[in-house]
Amino acid sequence: MVGLVIVSHSPKIAEGIKELALEMAQGYTQLYTAGGLEDGTIGTDAVRIMEAIVSANAGDGVVILADLGSGIISAETAIDLLEEDIDVRIADAPVVEGAIVAAVEANIGNSIDQVIQAAEAMREFHKQ
Amino acid sequence: MSSRIYNCIAGISAKIEENKDFLTELDREIGDADHGVNMARGFHAVTEKLPQDSDDIGAALKKTGMTLLSKVGGASGPLYGTAYMEAAKIAAGKNEITAEEFGEMLAAAIAGIQKRGKAVRGEKTMLDALMPAYDAYMAAIGEGKDMAAGLDAAVEAAKEGIEFTKTIRATKGRASYLGDRSIGHQDPGATSATLTLETIRDFIRS
Ligand SMILES: Nc1ncnc2c1ncn2[C@@H]1O[C@H](COP(=O)(O)OP(=O)(O)O)[C@@H](O)[C@H]1O
Ligand SMILES: [Mg+2]
Repeated sequence: MVGLVIVSHSPKIAEGIKELALEMAQGYTQLYTAGGLEDGTIGTDAVRIMEAIVSANAGDGVVILADLGSGIISAETAIDLLEEDIDVRIADAPVVEGAIVAAVEANIGNSIDQVIQAAEAMREFHKQ
Repeated sequence: MSSRIYNCIAGISAKIEENKDFLTELDREIGDADHGVNMARGFHAVTEKLPQDSDDIGAALKKTGMTLLSKVGGASGPLYGTAYMEAAKIAAGKNEITAEEFGEMLAAAIAGIQKRGKAVRGEKTMLDALMPAYDAYMAAIGEGKDMAAGLDAAVEAAKEGIEFTKTIRATKGRASYLGDRSIGHQDPGATSATLTLETIRDFIRS
């Protein structure tokens, strides 16, 4: 099962995305969040992201969805901090919509390539 | 008594704290008004975590870097965090640093920031202070000057770098969302980098 990590500057956004994604991917257990800093302030923390990656990993790789600003730089730092060998990829996708489809894909047991592809396809998803 | 490396990093922390509002104001102009708050939060955590009595420069810099990338919160966190961690590798196991080694540490720090942020010179970032500072430092050392004199040259070049950032448009980081409207403002990260070099220079002199 592919794992998912939601990175946002805001703990509330990260938790909200998790809630929303799990509505569509009921029973999915490998979704972890790293929102804000440890004390709840707005920001990103590479160490918390690294810990979330380790928790989300069930052996089939981990996909990260991050919001703009320092989310991507911190996610890349987190990957460098990993001591285990985990296949981690950062999706180039909108964080809310990307997370929802990634959770659905991961929950039905699809591969990391399929999960990433589905998330990144949301870049082309028009709302009107 | 606390070690020299502890005092030096505590000095950087104090300097950042003193300039917290100034750095935040600079970031208000072209960012999200948090650079001073971010850096002060990060360095406050560093001074709490750093052992006061250890002379191991590499270990102290590594701890500083790890703490910054976790506690700063903004892009400057992983950038400075990586810079300190890369410099730490050169200083591993050392209780003293030569002028040449300091040059290598500065080069490693810059390479770390570039690996992380993928910026080059001229994009209105901390690199516009640090890269000219490194060049000036190496030129001074090459002329046989000592570390303090090298750092004088580095600080001067970094200050010129800050002035240069006022003239250019940001193409990396949050300020890049402003496009041409970022012109005319000095870069907060270039400013905090210069304050850091100044503190190290004053510390070496003392
Ligand atoms: N890609 C980058 N490479 C180098 N420095 C950068 C980069 N992005 C941002 N910076 C530096 O970080 C500073 C902003 O830091 P800060 O306000 O703490 O983070 P954020 O922009 O996430 O709010 C900028 O002034 C700039 O010097
Ligand atoms: Mg900022």
